[in-house]
Amino acid sequence: MQAFGKYLLFLKNLVVRGESPKILFNRTMDEAILIGINSIFIVALVSTFIGAVSTVQVSYNMESAFIPRSTIGFIVREMIILELAPTITSIVLAGKVGSSIAGGLGTMQITEQVDALEVMGINSISYLVLPKILAALLVFPMLVILAMFLGLIGGYLAGTATGELTAQEYITGIRIDFIPYNITFALIKSVIFAFLISSISSFRGYFTSGGALEVGSASTAAVTNSVIAVLIADFVCAQLLL
Amino acid sequence: MIEIHNIHKSFNGKKVLDGVSGVFQTGKTNLLLGASGTGKSVLLKCIVGLIKPDIGSVTFDGTYFTNNKLDIKQEIRRKIGMLFQGSALFDSMTVEENVAFPLKMLYDMDKDERLDRVNFCLQRVGLEGTNKKMPAELSGGMKKRVGIARAIAPKCTYLFCDEPNSGLDPLTALKIDRLIKEITEEYNITTIVVTHDMNSVIEIGDNIMFLYEGKKLWEGTSDNILDSDVPELNEFIFANRLMRDAKKVEEEEERNRAD
Repeated sequence: MQAFGKYLLFLKNLVVRGESPKILFNRTMDEAILIGINSIFIVALVSTFIGAVSTVQVSYNMESAFIPRSTIGFIVREMIILELAPTITSIVLAGKVGSSIAGGLGTMQITEQVDALEVMGINSISYLVLPKILAALLVFPMLVILAMFLGLIGGYLAGTATGELTAQEYITGIRIDFIPYNITFALIKSVIFAFLISSISSFRGYFTSGGALEVGSASTAAVTNSVIAVLIADFVCAQLLL
Repeated sequence: MIEIHNIHKSFNGKKVLDGVSGVFQTGKTNLLLGASGTGKSVLLKCIVGLIKPDIGSVTFDGTYFTNNKLDIKQEIRRKIGMLFQGSALFDSMTVEENVAFPLKMLYDMDKDERLDRVNFCLQRVGLEGTNKKMPAELSGGMKKRVGIARAIAPKCTYLFCDEPNSGLDPLTALKIDRLIKEITEEYNITTIVVTHDMNSVIEIGDNIMFLYEGKKLWEGTSDNILDSDVPELNEFIFANRLMRDAKKVEEEEERNRAD
């Protein structure tokens, strides 16, 4: 409970004594490039393979003469849009971005760079953390959209390459009963996950004390706490929004 | 002038500072002297506001700092320059960006004006031409110099140095000490230096405050420190001398082995 209270106070400090809009914008763009561009490869790789594996596994479970093959495409689409793209992408990003945020802030803390900002009269939380959170809020939905697209492409490639279903069957399947709200739902989740991952990782990194060992521990704690928060939030979102 | 009054600070029930009071004069190099773990750095952090004292107050030229309104504290902080023990340069920025950082964040200066000031400060610390280097490319002494340049860039009124010569060879340490003293006198600023090095005491110590187990045991100048009748201070000076002699012998032996 004490840590949660500290986390809330930390969040409050994000918005007091902020920097000028120009500095905030520039810093947010820098962070967006760091978080976004550097994560494209891993997100693309993971989502393509998840789409491919989902298609093969769904196909394996649907060996029936009474079920049209296009149903495989339908199920894969629902899985990818509703769950795999937002959640698995966020979990991957919790590992990559979360540990990087916590490690970076932790190192700044133990090398007194954070103190140097405070002595200059700069709100270090607002200067260092707010741009990371804003950048994550901006970039995560984009990465999730990319993951959805590549997941569906991966499913298509795997399905047609292994002969599980034809291209026509897959395309028909992913167009059956499409509900646009599902995309909105996935994007809402991605924004919530972005906030949780970036803020929890920043919190863990910012309050690092000690040396290199503690920076490593902070990174590990950032990833585990973020993943747990994402899974809980995923369940809550599904209950409340679907 | 900086005044501290009855500063107390404890961490998890352990008393680190126990009612320290004193005055740090303008235009002088004021030293906080003491062995490791006596509360020097904590006192320095209490003065600059990085740590909030449990009891006690700090005033900068008559303006109350501790627990004052945020905007007044901010105004005072703009006048503070600080050199950290590990230099605390921003890793992701070049030397030029590091020195320009406080100017960019706190002052409304155009780019050319800022660059002029950066070049002037780098020249002042003897590092002209290093603008585009990254902190990782600098030696320990150079990092300290960049740290000093960054501290004086916004024309600070108060300069704080936390063990400025730790981890440096004696010659570089001497140069850094002299640079701090020169800057203090040249700009007539109030400088507080945390140190446990007797060389610094003799070289730059105008006013010296000796801390022992969180208490101020002695205050004076480098001229009368050797005449003190405080046993803890005499023991500290003696240990320092022994260390220096041992280091000399060790260096000599190493030279002989190399020959």
